[in-house]
Amino acid sequence: MSANETNDASAEHNRRDFLYIATGMAGVVGVAGAVWPFIDQLRPDASTLAVAQIDVDLTEVQAGQSITAMWRGKPVFIRNRTEAEIEAARETPLADLPDQLARNENLPADASADDVSRSAGEGRENWLVMVGVCTHLGCVPLSQQGDFGAWFCPCHGSHYDTAGRIRRGPAPENLHIPAYEFISDTVIRIG
Amino acid sequence: MSGGHSTYTPKTGLGRWIDARLPLPRLVYDSFVAYPVPRNLNYMYTFGGILSIMLIVQIVTGIVLAMHYAPHTSLAFDSVEHIMRDVNSGWLMRYLHANGASFFFIAVYLHMFRGLYYGSYKAPRELLWILGVIIYLLMMATAFMGYVLPWGQMSFWGATVITGFFSAVPLVGTAIQELLLGGFAVDNPTLNRFFSLHYLLPFMIAGVVVLHVWALHVTGQTNPTGIEVKSKTDTVPFTPYATIKDGFAMVVFFLVFMYFVFYIPNYLGHADNYIPADPLVTPAHIVPEWYFLPFYAILRAVTFDIGPISAALGGVLAMFGAIVVLFFLPWLDTSRVRSAVYRPWYKLFFWIFAINAVFLGWLGSKPAEGLYVALAQVGTFYYFAFFLIIMPILGLIETPRRMPNSITEAVLEKNGGKAVPHAAQTAAETQS
Amino acid sequence: MKTILKGLTALALGLGISGAASAAEYPIYEPIEQSWSFAGPFGTYDRGQLQRGFQVYRESCAACHGLDRVAFRNLSTLGYSEEQIIALAAEYEVEDGPDSFGDMFMRPAIPADRFPDPFPNAEAAAAANNGAAPPDLSLMAKARHAERGFPRFVIDIFTQYEAAGADYIYSLLQGYQEAPEGYELQPGTYYNPYFLAGTSLSMPQPFSDGMLSYNDGSPETIHQYSRDVAAFLMWTAEPHLEARKQTGFVVMIFLLLFGGLVYMSKRKVWAAVPH
Repeated sequence: MSANETNDASAEHNRRDFLYIATGMAGVVGVAGAVWPFIDQLRPDASTLAVAQIDVDLTEVQAGQSITAMWRGKPVFIRNRTEAEIEAARETPLADLPDQLARNENLPADASADDVSRSAGEGRENWLVMVGVCTHLGCVPLSQQGDFGAWFCPCHGSHYDTAGRIRRGPAPENLHIPAYEFISDTVIRIG
Repeated sequence: MSGGHSTYTPKTGLGRWIDARLPLPRLVYDSFVAYPVPRNLNYMYTFGGILSIMLIVQIVTGIVLAMHYAPHTSLAFDSVEHIMRDVNSGWLMRYLHANGASFFFIAVYLHMFRGLYYGSYKAPRELLWILGVIIYLLMMATAFMGYVLPWGQMSFWGATVITGFFSAVPLVGTAIQELLLGGFAVDNPTLNRFFSLHYLLPFMIAGVVVLHVWALHVTGQTNPTGIEVKSKTDTVPFTPYATIKDGFAMVVFFLVFMYFVFYIPNYLGHADNYIPADPLVTPAHIVPEWYFLPFYAILRAVTFDIGPISAALGGVLAMFGAIVVLFFLPWLDTSRVRSAVYRPWYKLFFWIFAINAVFLGWLGSKPAEGLYVALAQVGTFYYFAFFLIIMPILGLIETPRRMPNSITEAVLEKNGGKAVPHAAQTAAETQS
Repeated sequence: MKTILKGLTALALGLGISGAASAAEYPIYEPIEQSWSFAGPFGTYDRGQLQRGFQVYRESCAACHGLDRVAFRNLSTLGYSEEQIIALAAEYEVEDGPDSFGDMFMRPAIPADRFPDPFPNAEAAAAANNGAAPPDLSLMAKARHAERGFPRFVIDIFTQYEAAGADYIYSLLQGYQEAPEGYELQPGTYYNPYFLAGTSLSMPQPFSDGMLSYNDGSPETIHQYSRDVAAFLMWTAEPHLEARKQTGFVVMIFLLLFGGLVYMSKRKVWAAVPH
């Protein structure tokens, strides 16, 4: 057997291996491409995303009253707080709070949980807008109950104060505040 | 090949450990790697593999659609349109599933006609064939119920007409029909049970497919010559030979399938099914999906009473008979020769049968009136005559052509007598 | 044998055609095939045409025909901005509720809402329209299909013909005519030889030349109105047509290349084995 023949054979061998590997790679690419739509369809669909923004009219919510709106399948508590409630929340020192972050989507992530940061802001401190889902395991807290006369989660006994901040019980974080804005004096847009 | 010794030898310690406990890798190796297949299989033998893939495509897209679909008369149509408009890639899922059903049937018909042509149903493969007919029946039931789910006009009226067949049965007909419908007409109970069964049946199909493949691997495949495998030179190992060939056929099949999905996705459907179901308005032409059309033509070809059997019942019996007759095929064919390649007369009648089947399909799409009825009667007569008269008699009187002694000999003759003995084995060895 | 087959086919076809001719079939005139921007493998919707078609729908069809599968948010595909869509949606009133007193109330629509129906239910629609409820138009371009006949239904596969509905809508809208002499027109119906289910329909000719003014300089004719609204309804019926065709192109190219590779591999594998 001459050296030449061996070279030809191995070149042929290489060409063949290259072809098989290229075919295999193309097959993998094809399967990966075909898998994508099957994952894609699991994501929230266009109609779900479209109602991810709701407008709520607050005209008839008097001081001391709450309404609950549905947003993304979750309850959103909107409360027009009384002066006494605001006062109670203000007087609470930050050091007493298990969670000292505002958890307010409208503010930077490191904003502290003082009462103004929890409310709708300067001039609108009476408005409190929160996702009504306990940060422990997702139950809906009851309003006007618990040790602080505000919200109380019956599942595992988490007590929230009049600014929706966790004070006692297993919940790790304050009730979350969704992104929202006042689009007029009486209408807020959540989402 | 039946009961042949396994040549699987695990190379690693883990492989040996698994093999001693659950020899699944051995089963896969013996069934899909070392399994010997005749070397002369042509592309008509690739549809088994294609059908397996199509079953998987239908199950996967179907599960996805069920995530977004609502089986209730007041929601079904809307939920399908929700899938088509709002769900991400939803239109793709639905068009894949709807056209997938059609292409599933295209593949199964080619697979069955291949069996009919090469005599694949003959001993010792009777059970293999019968299992195949059972799969076909399950497919028809699944497809029919699936077509009801979008709850369009054709869904509703198709379901009404097909379940109406059962009312033709004497005495208990109406009771059977009400049992199927869960009411006096097609309504919410019907839709709900059809959805449940449409989800269940594909998994039953998958179960029968396992038996079908098992039976296949016991007897081995037939081949275009119809001669059984006699020596090792007659076969090649399944992998890589059959795998790569099946793979190529699959890509070509998918090329056509995808062409329909992406460019003419509604071509095989009915426009009427984009109108929500309305129990008060019947569409002008109620036509089943194309894959049922030949049987629909047979159903409507019986326009006369036969003794005590009314025309309606006669039609239903003829239609079911057209499928039942397939079960008896292995015993209706009396020929000693398996493949049509060596049976010149059978070959002629086979092709007439194939054309007749397409012709009946076309008649099924036409209104049952005038000349169409007469033609459908001729077509129906030939359909049954082929199985019940031609097959039994032809096998006894036909003189087959000279047959080669073995698959290898047939291959060598075809390739101009080039002496390349047991090339497969040596080729397989030089592969590595 | 081939000649026998050919003979049989010819016979079958001959009989079939004569059979078809014997049955009375509608429409009297076949739909006129139009050239559409969305046809073919690279077809896309003409945004200007869709906007005009939407205008025709709003100003001429919407009084009787619903479009209840289309949401206002979908109009962004037509080239409208978010502000325009919000303003447009606000022109419509939709029912919502119940409010805290348990009453349903009307409020201006938002982009997430779908087009409200012109009638509260099919019975009311029928009662207001001489007993014939005007159908919803959302899916009309896929829900109507005149028989294509052999051999066109085969050719349609290769030409990717999927505009049967749009062609039909166009043809019907521009196809109103005087009934031929001696033809007895049912009261309250209008003669139209393009109608799929008979010779006359309950809908009067909706357009007349110049009745709607376009602001892009397009001709203000029955022909143009019919074309534009047909294209618009094709979009409402098949909103993902463009994405479908674009994805399809990638898929086809991939399968062709992959098929080529698999074929070459198959040749190599089988090279040493006569079969």
